[in-house]
Amino acid sequence: MSALPPYATTGQRIWHYSFRVIVGLILFFLIAPIIIIIPLSFNAQDFFTFTPEMLALNPEGYSLKHYRDFFTNQDWIRPLQNSLIIAPFATIISVSLGTLAAIGLSQSHVPFRRGIMAILISPMIVPLIISATGMFFFYSQMGLWMEANLGMSKSLTGYIKVILAHAALGIPFVIITVTATLVGFDQSLTRAAANMGATPTVTFFRVQMPLILPGVISGGLFAFITSFDEVVVVLFVGAAAQKTLPWQMFTGLREQISPTILAVATVLVAISILLLATVELLRRRSERLRGMSPA
Amino acid sequence: MAEQMLAADGRPLKASLNRALRRQKMRALLLIAPLLLFIMLTFIVPIGQMLFRSVENQIVGDTIPRTVVALGDWDANTDPVPDDAVFSAFAKDLMIAVERKQHTRLGSRLNYETSGISSLFRKSGRRVDDIGEGYTDQFVAFDPAWEDPLTWATLFGDADWITAQAAWDGEGDEPAFVLSDDANEMLPRTADIYAAFAEVIQTENNDSPTEEQPWNVVYLALYEELRTYTGEPNYADLPGGEIIFAAEDAVRDFAPQSVRAAFADIDEDWEDTAVWQTIQTYSPAFTAGYFLNSVDLQKTPGGPAWQPENEQIYLTLFWRTMVMSLTITVSCILLGYPVAWMLANLPARKANLLMILVLLPFWTSLLVRTSAWKVLLQQQGVINDTLVWIGLVADDNRLALINNATGTIIAMTHILLPFMILPLYSVMKTIPPSYLRAAKSLGATNWTAFWRVYFPQSVPGIGAGSILVFILAIGYYITPEIVGGTKGVFISNRIAYHISTSLNWGLAAALGAILLAVVLLLYWAYDRIVGIDNVKLGG
Repeated sequence: MSALPPYATTGQRIWHYSFRVIVGLILFFLIAPIIIIIPLSFNAQDFFTFTPEMLALNPEGYSLKHYRDFFTNQDWIRPLQNSLIIAPFATIISVSLGTLAAIGLSQSHVPFRRGIMAILISPMIVPLIISATGMFFFYSQMGLWMEANLGMSKSLTGYIKVILAHAALGIPFVIITVTATLVGFDQSLTRAAANMGATPTVTFFRVQMPLILPGVISGGLFAFITSFDEVVVVLFVGAAAQKTLPWQMFTGLREQISPTILAVATVLVAISILLLATVELLRRRSERLRGMSPA
Repeated sequence: MAEQMLAADGRPLKASLNRALRRQKMRALLLIAPLLLFIMLTFIVPIGQMLFRSVENQIVGDTIPRTVVALGDWDANTDPVPDDAVFSAFAKDLMIAVERKQHTRLGSRLNYETSGISSLFRKSGRRVDDIGEGYTDQFVAFDPAWEDPLTWATLFGDADWITAQAAWDGEGDEPAFVLSDDANEMLPRTADIYAAFAEVIQTENNDSPTEEQPWNVVYLALYEELRTYTGEPNYADLPGGEIIFAAEDAVRDFAPQSVRAAFADIDEDWEDTAVWQTIQTYSPAFTAGYFLNSVDLQKTPGGPAWQPENEQIYLTLFWRTMVMSLTITVSCILLGYPVAWMLANLPARKANLLMILVLLPFWTSLLVRTSAWKVLLQQQGVINDTLVWIGLVADDNRLALINNATGTIIAMTHILLPFMILPLYSVMKTIPPSYLRAAKSLGATNWTAFWRVYFPQSVPGIGAGSILVFILAIGYYITPEIVGGTKGVFISNRIAYHISTSLNWGLAAALGAILLAVVLLLYWAYDRIVGIDNVKLGG
């Protein structure tokens, strides 16, 4: 698909350019729905399409009122807070347990490696609705048990349930990214450290960790976004007190759709752009650290 | 044989190496163990429990145990309606269930199998306390002492319990009723129901059996037991047993009351064979009924049979889920292939730029993308507005793009497309471009070179991407729920409906188990073709 050779026939030329147009259209299909909601979210009216004022680029057609609603309306602030409580805790659990296990899995002799891997990856493979159904039964009993025997409040057990569920869902992503980073990890570095008298703990924190950190962080970002974006499981496992941002969006979409949803969506798109840029930078840094590509 | 090699510490080298290997394995397992335990507890066990729920059916046997036993040798072919013994057992079971507030749950459970049972149970539950009243009146008429709760408590209570009860000062809980062994031996059926009465009175009503007159069904049980009295055992041995001795003769002159007639009086459906067949069919603790239901079959005494025509929805729904997932997968291949080709063949700098266009949707919240489609596809939405403006569609004839299968397919193709492009791209990246040039220089046309040389090498990418997209598609819930209307929903939406609305959890679990089996099969295929370890996430 490099440049067209000078001897190309007319037919080849036509194909060459029409192919580019086709690919362009497909990429447009991919990106347009996400881009188009951005201007729509500034609509001064409560419509979901471009008003004549907007098309005429009249400033009166635009307003920030949906954003104001997002940041002042309790219906949206509570869910946002819940999401910001649940996602970090779930991420911490997934990353700490997941990184340890990934290091274990990447050793040379691991019995039942395939079986263990299959179990650890399963939350990603099993359809969410099935995970949600299973968790719905199990976690409600667990919540009641915790309330009765550990004296926890209903709201606390609600958060614990959702955090545990989300941590389980995020783990496969951590495992996959961290094991991928460890594949390129030079084991002779740890041996060299040990040779020079470092204890296993020091070796881990001073030699291994800095090298695999980019993988750990991007795994963590995946786990974070999994929890931050998750709606099916929280819908079944959580109670109204644990309503998260995606849950509120889902309710809004299903019942009475309010244009505030577009403002929320735009904010979330901005967050995804940030996350995407971070992961991409980390990936490049990781490749450079491991000498897989020239700096 | 050669001298055994020794390690520095004097052990045989082989043993020393084995020990080192064992320690290495242990260390690896120790690192994995916490996570494995965590996933087992938070994920695998819940799924296993759900699968168990799809065959579990203890509610019938637990709620109406006496009826289940009595129904054991009922044969609907010889006897369209069970005999009075079954009705009598059922009256006792229902009375206990009503007091424990369990009969509506059982009614809903059986209602999944034969509609109408739920209201039948509810209605009968309100009037079951009248059943056996005829006997109560006759016992009391014969000897007013039968009206006195203490008569009963003395007869059936354990001596130690009676003492403890009498000594109880009214503070805290009353000592829990203990059945006397003698009464249990001599009047087993009455003792059984009286003990249940006493327990319910104490736990549910916070009352004392010494102050509450027994239910009418207790009198019914006593009548039945005395009616078949053969002269053994000697009731006079019981504390206060003379009263039974006296009654034992009198019951022969009591006017019999038909329990069956009493039930028929509450609702004539109790004389319906189908109701009793349903109870009998669903008596065992485990049932294949939910699985049969999820493929439009039902359990009947004569084996599995098709559901009535208008209730057959699940096979259609499974079929639709498959067809739509396949359509989405094919759309993803058609749209993803050219993009992946372009990405793999452009110079790195340009390719990275285009890659962002693929990765941004991949990273964007699912809800955002679904809301975008909901907004765009509406009748008054941007797409219809544009089409009207161009003139392709008349203003009064806008396209119905949402709340149907079209909406689901468009939105899900968009959402799953990155999952097709990324594996395709990573496979295409490994195909050397020189192969195509070689084919062309040997005289192949563009098409031949592509179809015979390039395409076969990209098939593994198509396979990987297709399985991934298909697995994700058949389990989708959110997007079909929002843009699918009624015609564009998947089996997952039905599962969610049974969990949160109809509360038929067993059926939801069975549907989930079938879906899970399909996904695991595909996953196994994916593992064979691609390998779990090779799952890549967005570059």
